[in-house]
Amino acid sequence: MKVHEYQAKEILKKYGIITPKGFVTDKAAEGSEIYGKLGTPVVVVKAQIHAGGRGKGGGVKLAKSAAEAAEIAGKILGMNLVTHQTGPEGKKVLKLLIEEGMDIKHEYYVGITLDRKSSKPVIMVSTEGGMDIEEIAEKSPEKIITETIEPNLGLQRWQASRLAFALGLDGDYAKQAIKVLMGLWTAYEKEDASMIEINPLITTGDGRVLPLDCKLDFDDNAQYRHPEHPDLRDITEEDPLEVEASKSNLNYVKLDGEVGCMVNGAGLAMATMDIIKYYGSFPANFLDVGGGANPVTVTNGFKLILSDKNVKAIFVNIFGGIVRCDRIANGIVEAAKNVNIHVPLVVRLSGTNAEEAREILRKSGIEMIVVATMAEGAQKIVEAIKK
Amino acid sequence: MAVLLTEKSKIIVQGITGKEGSFHTQQMIDYKTKVVGGVTPGKGGQKSEHGLPIFNSVNDAVKATGANASVIFVPPAFAADAIMEGVTAGLELIVVITEGIPVSDMARVIGFVRNSKTVMIGPNCPGIITPGVGKIGIMPAFIHKPGRIGIISRSGTLTYEAVDQLTQIGLGQSTAIGIGGDPIIGLPHVEAVKLFNADPDTDGIIMIGEIGGTNEEIAAEYIKTHVKKPVVGFIAGQTAPPGRRMGHAGAIISGGEGTAASKMAAMKAAGIHVVENPSEIGNTMKKVLGK
Repeated sequence: MKVHEYQAKEILKKYGIITPKGFVTDKAAEGSEIYGKLGTPVVVVKAQIHAGGRGKGGGVKLAKSAAEAAEIAGKILGMNLVTHQTGPEGKKVLKLLIEEGMDIKHEYYVGITLDRKSSKPVIMVSTEGGMDIEEIAEKSPEKIITETIEPNLGLQRWQASRLAFALGLDGDYAKQAIKVLMGLWTAYEKEDASMIEINPLITTGDGRVLPLDCKLDFDDNAQYRHPEHPDLRDITEEDPLEVEASKSNLNYVKLDGEVGCMVNGAGLAMATMDIIKYYGSFPANFLDVGGGANPVTVTNGFKLILSDKNVKAIFVNIFGGIVRCDRIANGIVEAAKNVNIHVPLVVRLSGTNAEEAREILRKSGIEMIVVATMAEGAQKIVEAIKK
Repeated sequence: MAVLLTEKSKIIVQGITGKEGSFHTQQMIDYKTKVVGGVTPGKGGQKSEHGLPIFNSVNDAVKATGANASVIFVPPAFAADAIMEGVTAGLELIVVITEGIPVSDMARVIGFVRNSKTVMIGPNCPGIITPGVGKIGIMPAFIHKPGRIGIISRSGTLTYEAVDQLTQIGLGQSTAIGIGGDPIIGLPHVEAVKLFNADPDTDGIIMIGEIGGTNEEIAAEYIKTHVKKPVVGFIAGQTAPPGRRMGHAGAIISGGEGTAASKMAAMKAAGIHVVENPSEIGNTMKKVLGK
């Protein structure tokens, strides 16, 4: 689960990290009042959306007076912010963080995440802060310095110290940076984060080291031990269809194609998307109905798929294992009666009692193409669309 | 012979009295798997509904039954603990079915597991089956057929799909391993490849991967120099958009690393027969075996 910059900074504060002074608002008029409260000649008005690249998209601007702060706040609030991470449709800005301006001396990068190769967390720093870190990782990997963290020991002081000096920091700057790095690790560990990224971490002319931005992702699996985390969720940041799906325990991701898919299991669901493309069309969604695939989940699945106006046909691909196919077939029949399926429907059922299941589907009187293999299903669905 | 799960495997079920654990224990018994007992702390001395002895600890179970393998069905919050207990009791094989274990829990125990003699499969996996011998996990047994093809896969139903294709065209399986979809797993592709490569009763290997991580690339690197047996590969997620989670925690891509294209290229370069069409996994194996 992602959180906003202002929420992430609140969390950092809990772990002793000093962040720039700032206030959150959803009212443009409050911009001037906040300017007054901050008391610096320059303030920064920052759009709060769950995506990076806000600055380039026009979602981060400086204001040099109370009036300008309100004016800029008015421009950014409600704007549809498009960045390389939002996709072309962009995201509507509903909240702003207005922060004191900083006398930036240098910008650095710090990130902590799991290194899947070693199965251990890794902390990365770079002198090239403020830039796209993936680009730096690709073009000049030597500019990223890393320390692997022993999960049972945590980040050691010598590691934080080594990283601070590797960034070229010294004296009090180094001391403060070490404190920030140690605090970040503690936050990562205690909050069960899957990623924390500070880009940039800055040094200021008046001798401070501060995170200017912060991205934080929680490990959803660990949510049960953080009852306060669900309060940080902002569902306006999520696709409404995906929110609806998660309420029915379905795993749905909207895509741009025209074939709606309903599949049990994530791997098979992706393979189904792939085979649709292989035969010349493109999937409209990823939908994993899970192991159950009962009438309720299948009904909800159909509703979700059909709420996407681009869908021209639906491919149901179920491999019945422990759950018998005949039961799934009954679920499909029941669901098809509840939902008006106005596009061609191709159903593939394989596994336990598949023959009986196909018989149930054929006898149901519901218009659908029943197939035995996923290749046949994918071919039939592409044909149906091209008709 | 087969890999990991053989005639010598004697299995206990950690979490035998839970709903899932109990149901799948019966399924395993029905497939004539040697399940010798279960562990549920506090219920030691009782019998399970399958008539198996229940123990308070894995240690007790091992002493009393001579068990050398376990399957874990305990809830996510207690799974890492159950793994540690199984490893400490000296089990040779632990299969972790549990889905949703916090990544930090796995990060803390994985080093301990790797420094032991225990092989851990999973978590978040369908398990392992040696057709005709037994199954430790939740896969439907009846689609399998004894034979000489080894299968390695991250997912559940996609593994069943591949197995089914093989069985339909008459190719049986030596062992099929669902290694799991989580970011931290006990037996990555490359380790499973090594086992099948050394197994005299495996003629060909099917390796199914997914977008995210670099486990398939690492396995490909090994296959390039060490494996002479034919390998057929497929990567799910060619059409998945970057940066999006597709169900499995494993199926997430960032940057250029771990995309379907990069994995397929690495696999092709290693001499693996990579299929783009997932319905061609079985046929391709048949072709490359010259059958």
